[in-house]
Amino acid sequence: MDRLNLYRLMYRIRRFEERVEKLFQAGKIPGFVHLYIGQEAVAVGVLAHRRPGDYLTSTHRGHGHALAAGVDPRAMMAELFGRATGVCRGKGGSMHLFDPDRGMLGANGIVAGGIPIAVGAGLGLRLLGQTGVVFAFFGDGALGRGVLHEGLNLAALWRLPVLFILENNGYASTTAHAESHAFRVEDLVRAYGLPFRQADGQDVEEVYSAVADLLQGVRGEGGPAFLEARTYRFKGHYVGDPERYRSREEVAQARMRDPVSLARQRLLAAGVGEKAIKTLEGEEDALLEEAVTFAELSPWPDPDEALQGLFAEEVRDYPWEG
Amino acid sequence: MGGVREITFAEATREAMEEEMARDRTVFLMGEDIAKQGGIFGQFKGLAERFGRERVRDTPISEPTLVGAALGAALVGARPVLDIHFADFLLLAMDELANQAASLRYMSGGRLKVPLVIRAPDGAIRSAAAHHSKSLEALFLHLPGFKVVAPATPKDAKGLLKAAIRSDDPVLYLEHKALYTRKGPVPEGEVLTPIGRAEVVREGRDVTLVSYSLTLYKALEAARQLEEDGISAEVVDLKTLYPLDWDTLLASAEKTGRMVVAHEAWRFLGPGAEISATLGEKLWNRLQAPVVRVGAAHVPIPFSPPLEERVIPQVADLVRAAKEVLTWR
Ligand SMILES: Cc1ncc(C[n+]2csc(CCOP(=O)(O)OP(=O)(O)O)c2C)c(N)n1
Repeated sequence: MDRLNLYRLMYRIRRFEERVEKLFQAGKIPGFVHLYIGQEAVAVGVLAHRRPGDYLTSTHRGHGHALAAGVDPRAMMAELFGRATGVCRGKGGSMHLFDPDRGMLGANGIVAGGIPIAVGAGLGLRLLGQTGVVFAFFGDGALGRGVLHEGLNLAALWRLPVLFILENNGYASTTAHAESHAFRVEDLVRAYGLPFRQADGQDVEEVYSAVADLLQGVRGEGGPAFLEARTYRFKGHYVGDPERYRSREEVAQARMRDPVSLARQRLLAAGVGEKAIKTLEGEEDALLEEAVTFAELSPWPDPDEALQGLFAEEVRDYPWEG
Repeated sequence: MGGVREITFAEATREAMEEEMARDRTVFLMGEDIAKQGGIFGQFKGLAERFGRERVRDTPISEPTLVGAALGAALVGARPVLDIHFADFLLLAMDELANQAASLRYMSGGRLKVPLVIRAPDGAIRSAAAHHSKSLEALFLHLPGFKVVAPATPKDAKGLLKAAIRSDDPVLYLEHKALYTRKGPVPEGEVLTPIGRAEVVREGRDVTLVSYSLTLYKALEAARQLEEDGISAEVVDLKTLYPLDWDTLLASAEKTGRMVVAHEAWRFLGPGAEISATLGEKLWNRLQAPVVRVGAAHVPIPFSPPLEERVIPQVADLVRAAKEVLTWR
């Protein structure tokens, strides 16, 4: 476990998103933005185990997963700005980040939309004789969707190399977990016969070790496994959310256990000097500035780019046009 | 009766729900995040407080089961109004929509009655991108068994929703997200807009622009710009897409002889294709030019603003189309 690197990535995600919030409010980022602030330890603790040949699927709240998977902050920021240099050439945006070079099979605007895709990616890896695993991230809202239940069944039945990662932040938009689920998560997972672990999602080292245990089975051909990380989103569901469904006290209480500060304290306790940490933070701050400048200076896509790229081969609707 | 006020589309929607729920106890509303938050567009504010959480229900994220359950409730005599966050999510429930809700009355030889309303915000706004921007009316028009309505004004938002709730057939009620904050005159008290009736909202002589929902306003703006060039454009608001009001369309086509159909749904096999083909069949020797269609380009709706704008029909596209049919030899 490279503690310094775990901290670096958590710090990167936190600063990136704090800046994204400001840029969105300043009108520089179009669309909707869902911040991951408060949940950094989950993406980082899980994806620290990522090896070349592994894949992941993500959610509408995917910035943290993408950055933890190693997506370039510059190309990502440019995508959020809608610029031609973005990871998806401006076609995806915050909710739909893709970067196959990093194994990133997509953030997703559809709750649980990534789950069947992850199951299929696991199947594909098996069929192709490859050794990678697939990390499937989703929120507690996905527990209501049939595709999660169906995905668990199929992955278990075919013993596919998929790690299901539930980021249980207590809410799906305005709806509290208990208001929409009649079952205990553990019972659900056990019903399909998957190994199940719960971890404190604010503690990156706990997440890291839980995943290490589960992955032994998954990489060892033991089939799928399931992690429930208990976490909390510190910000609203989206930037601009009036947050009428939870109290300020509750949020303030949760914020006392800030995963980024906890990881920093851990570093200090482990004997890493304040100076080394500051140096690392300085490097990350500079990288972020570079990303913002890159995005701001990048050109808008040519409007006709909108008509390109639907298929691998060029296809024209009306050949007599253009 | 009461007077006429200027209220928003969202307020008009809320009034329709409130009046129908007060009038008929079998009417109930369900969907994700609608009770506590009052709907993500504020269109249900206060309803849970007035009618309670039994009749205004928050649900899990379970679209296929929600559509199926609303259908089941309708079959036993309730009048459900199901809110789907974004029309794109209707695609998750296609079996329940197409194989079940749309067909049951017919399949049962009329033994089953399906008084079901499904409301779904559609259309592209502010870079919501491919998973939150679709206009899917053509898909549902193609499936026999749905009535499909798409109001443009607050008055019709109220009138069509009330008519939909009272209808004994499944109604898909599509509302463009950009319309919720738009204000317009709405009479106090009972407002009913009949399903299946279009309206000529601007009289003209030279060319007819046919549209509905948000694109109607682009048609009106195009008509204003054409006027500056001395062209008199008639504008028809379809309001209901199935059943289509052919009488109004044919009358306008006979009058101007030149038709443009514009919508935000994809142009390829969009509603305009059906309208164009039918007008061609019925009036082939009386039209002065082929019917021209304006619709979205055949790609998923992209994120970046210049790309989104390129894909979605703009006023200039309507003006160009009108001039094209006008200059046809
Ligand atoms: C199928 C579907 N239904 C509804 C929505 C609207 N929606 C977007 S995010 C969200 C809540 C998701 O909650 P959760 O899965 O717990 O993830 P979190 O936001 O907590 O990260 C909802 C209802 C959607 N995107 N997809």
